[in-house]
Amino acid sequence: MKSKFLFAASAALTLSFAGIAKAEPQAEVLHWWTSGGEAKSVAVLQQEFASRGGTWTDMPVAGGGGDAAMTALRARVLSGNAPTAVQLKGPAIQEWYEEGALSDISSVAEKNGWADVLPASIAGHMKCEGKWCAAPVNVHRIDWIWANASVLADNGIAMPTSWDEFNAAADKLMAKGITPLAHGGQAWQDATVFEAVALGIGGPEFFHKAFVELDQATLKSDTMVKVFDQMRKLRGYVDSNFSGRDWNLATAMVMNGEAAFQIMGDWAKGEFLAAGKRPGIDFLCASTPGEGFLYNVDSFAMFDVKGDDKQAGQMLLAELIVGQNFQKVFNMNKGSIPARVDVALDDFDTCAHISAQDMATSNAGGSLLPSYAHGMALRGAQSGAITDVVTAHFNSDMSSSEAVNMLAKSIANSL
Amino acid sequence: MITWFEKHMPKIVLAPSFLIAVIFVYGFIGWTAWVSLTRSRLLPRYDLHGFIQYERLFDSARWDTALNNLYIFGFLFIVISTLLGLILAILLDQKIRTEGVIRTIYLYPMALSLIVTGTAWKWILNPGLGLEATVRGFGWTDFSFDWLVNPDKAIYTVVIASVWQASGFVMALFLAGLRSIDQEVIKAAQIDGIPTWRIYTSIIIPSMASIFLSAFIVLAHLAIKSFDLVIALTGGGPGFATDLPATYMYTMAFSRGDLGQAASSAMVMMMIIFAIVVPYLYSELRAKHD
Amino acid sequence: MTNFAHYSTTHVSVKNLVLRWLLYAVLALFAFYYMLPLFVMVTTSLKSLEEIRTGSLISLPRDVTFQAWATAWSSACSGIKCEGLRPYFWNSVIMAVPAVLISTFIGALNGYAVAQWRFRGANLLFALILFGCFIPFQVVLLPMARLLGQMGLAGSIPGLIMVHVIYGIGFTTLFFRNYYVTIPPELVKAAKIDGASFFRIFFSIFLPLSLPIIVVTIIWQFTQIWNDFLFGVSFSEAGTQPVTVALNNIVNSTTGVKEYNVDMAAAIIAASPTLLVYIVAGKYFIRGLTAGSVKG
Repeated sequence: MKSKFLFAASAALTLSFAGIAKAEPQAEVLHWWTSGGEAKSVAVLQQEFASRGGTWTDMPVAGGGGDAAMTALRARVLSGNAPTAVQLKGPAIQEWYEEGALSDISSVAEKNGWADVLPASIAGHMKCEGKWCAAPVNVHRIDWIWANASVLADNGIAMPTSWDEFNAAADKLMAKGITPLAHGGQAWQDATVFEAVALGIGGPEFFHKAFVELDQATLKSDTMVKVFDQMRKLRGYVDSNFSGRDWNLATAMVMNGEAAFQIMGDWAKGEFLAAGKRPGIDFLCASTPGEGFLYNVDSFAMFDVKGDDKQAGQMLLAELIVGQNFQKVFNMNKGSIPARVDVALDDFDTCAHISAQDMATSNAGGSLLPSYAHGMALRGAQSGAITDVVTAHFNSDMSSSEAVNMLAKSIANSL
Repeated sequence: MITWFEKHMPKIVLAPSFLIAVIFVYGFIGWTAWVSLTRSRLLPRYDLHGFIQYERLFDSARWDTALNNLYIFGFLFIVISTLLGLILAILLDQKIRTEGVIRTIYLYPMALSLIVTGTAWKWILNPGLGLEATVRGFGWTDFSFDWLVNPDKAIYTVVIASVWQASGFVMALFLAGLRSIDQEVIKAAQIDGIPTWRIYTSIIIPSMASIFLSAFIVLAHLAIKSFDLVIALTGGGPGFATDLPATYMYTMAFSRGDLGQAASSAMVMMMIIFAIVVPYLYSELRAKHD
Repeated sequence: MTNFAHYSTTHVSVKNLVLRWLLYAVLALFAFYYMLPLFVMVTTSLKSLEEIRTGSLISLPRDVTFQAWATAWSSACSGIKCEGLRPYFWNSVIMAVPAVLISTFIGALNGYAVAQWRFRGANLLFALILFGCFIPFQVVLLPMARLLGQMGLAGSIPGLIMVHVIYGIGFTTLFFRNYYVTIPPELVKAAKIDGASFFRIFFSIFLPLSLPIIVVTIIWQFTQIWNDFLFGVSFSEAGTQPVTVALNNIVNSTTGVKEYNVDMAAAIIAASPTLLVYIVAGKYFIRGLTAGSVKG
């Protein structure tokens, strides 16, 4: 009797498992990783997905750091045909959640113990009102400064640890006819430099008050004026053709010795490595003068879709994204570091090691901050307003106090 | 029954297109107007909040620049393309031996994607990489052409690239018009001893009035749509010196999740277009009645 | 063709010669202006990445290589798929061809109705339809997305075709109306007396006369629809994306390594159908417009 019952029970269980397994995971993934290196990194995820029985439908839309993709996303959501997973980051995730477009992946997160392996501030971005709704892929560090090793050695300059040191080094280089700072005059690049300077001059608390809390008093403070002063100084250290230049052409300037420094996120490393340059030997990497760590976390948000196979696809995708293997392989190819803190970094290069160490220290010390320029700290309307002011100031002879006033006003206008 | 159908056939034939215009043009403009009165962010919301979006719009320094640029760019683009098209058409009309080749050379720019031609122009106009550097390399070390990086002059580089793209098509329109002019009238004028340039200004050009209409519509359409080129050429920069209402609206809608702002800027843009196009259409189509 | 040369023989031939040379010089100068970007694009596409990185951006290639072209066609990455532009070409074709043909046909009927069958309000109706030419596509993007979703056409090629037809009707009507207005109304009067119907007259008289303007309209519509990016990216999904989306993916990568030579080659390949249409049909283009098409 008992055995029959057991048999029936196990048969029922097996059938129900089979039933669950029958929902073949499907995922249509919207992202903008379309260049060679990035695409190969994403292909890793697709291969893992396929090896677990999933079908990945690729929906890549490049451009503008996601602008065109966001356009397509809106059209898809409005037409009731949302993609399964979308490359989103920062507050945009919560914004979409507020429109009711995201689904809940807490079950996967809890099963795989995400809360234990992700730093607190990063985990915070992946949650929508306490429920997990996105899976983090990597951690890009924004506040890096890159340098041509031989140019520095020939001129007896060390990597600057304060902005005054930077200015002194820059003056020395200008006298020798070398462009101190290679820069690409595009709004997002101006913003990248600006926030590195703001962090360095004002410190982590100032940064948080100004760019996360949007405190008007901080925005109008003397420290902010000093930040703009330094930006004005930097404007004098770039060459006259910087306007509109793509970031990788600025990196090329550093590579061939035309310029000494570039302030850019860690994807610049990919450009150096692709040209065969060696970290520590041909080029140097360090954090920009000042204390703190500005991060940009790419992630996939799971959208509310109908159908068991798509939902199964989301669960599987989320699990794989935060899995050890993908975290390691993707980030080795991309130049960033894993979001998971327990991934062994033996195969990563020196700059990645520095990054990981700094992330741990700043996480402990409370100076692990979201980048505003790359959409982590603020919603699009506010970060756009700040960038408008920064780029207008950089490209004109606006005074620092004017800029500060404009900054406070634009933020108020954008809320 | 048949007679009624036959009698009203023209209207019946036009009705679907009219209906399409009502829904997909005017209806959507109406939708945009509605959204411009809301506080829509990422996706449209429909509860009305008055004119706050317009207040924010006119408070924005960036929008001021964008509107200004539209006037400058629109005017220059349409006028220069028309003049250039006309002049080239007249020149090409003079029995040129390699007309086919030259005509294709003037016409091909329209076929290329602006995303990439914008990049090519960006390199050409960049002082350190392009024309300025090359001419200086030839020995004229004082030559300067740095409009692209100058916030006050950058919009003119957008004019240069857009005229490049569109004037060939306008030339083709005019060329055909020139060729369809009745030769008898020309011969008679020449026999009367009227100088060539007079013939052009008093006979030929006026008789091409409707080509000017087609050219204007085509150019105005391109000027308004002019978005890919600005993004590729200057990215809206330096700063936001080359921003146009189309790029402003796109940025607000799709990068900044500020749909209400985007809608209000679109409405202002539509009103400006309306104010220019309607009188022109009215005067043109009125004249046709005789 | 305006034939002034014939009447200038009495003048001193030196003056003519100088004017002729001046004429050719001016034309050549403008030809230089038009060719410059193409020159940059072609030379870049023939360089290796190494050369682009180290050399000047608008110089001739040191070593010519066609590698970029092969990559652009069949192995450039436009996402996870690294198959170049080839897979997307067909999508663009099955989207563009029906859209062009349908919008042209509707424009022809509209133009015929407005131009040849004068009724009260004809011009007003024409103007109202014409206004559709001016609406920026970004404005209609979101409401159209909603509508397409409700109609169940979201992400499909028929949906894209419908959108392009809708926004092409303004132009096609313009072109045909301006053409038919030059045809004397006596033709229709005579045909009506003979008892022919609206459609009979259209198909047997007007359509045969219209080859030139049909070619003109097809050229314009094909260019606009083939090169469109905004509708293509918003109303397609994986599998139905047109070639412009793929081109954008290849060319525009924010933080990845940029391969300028592949970008340029890809752009020229993507434009090749349109370029071909222009070159081959160029003769018809002029002939088409010549037959009084755009004259009021």
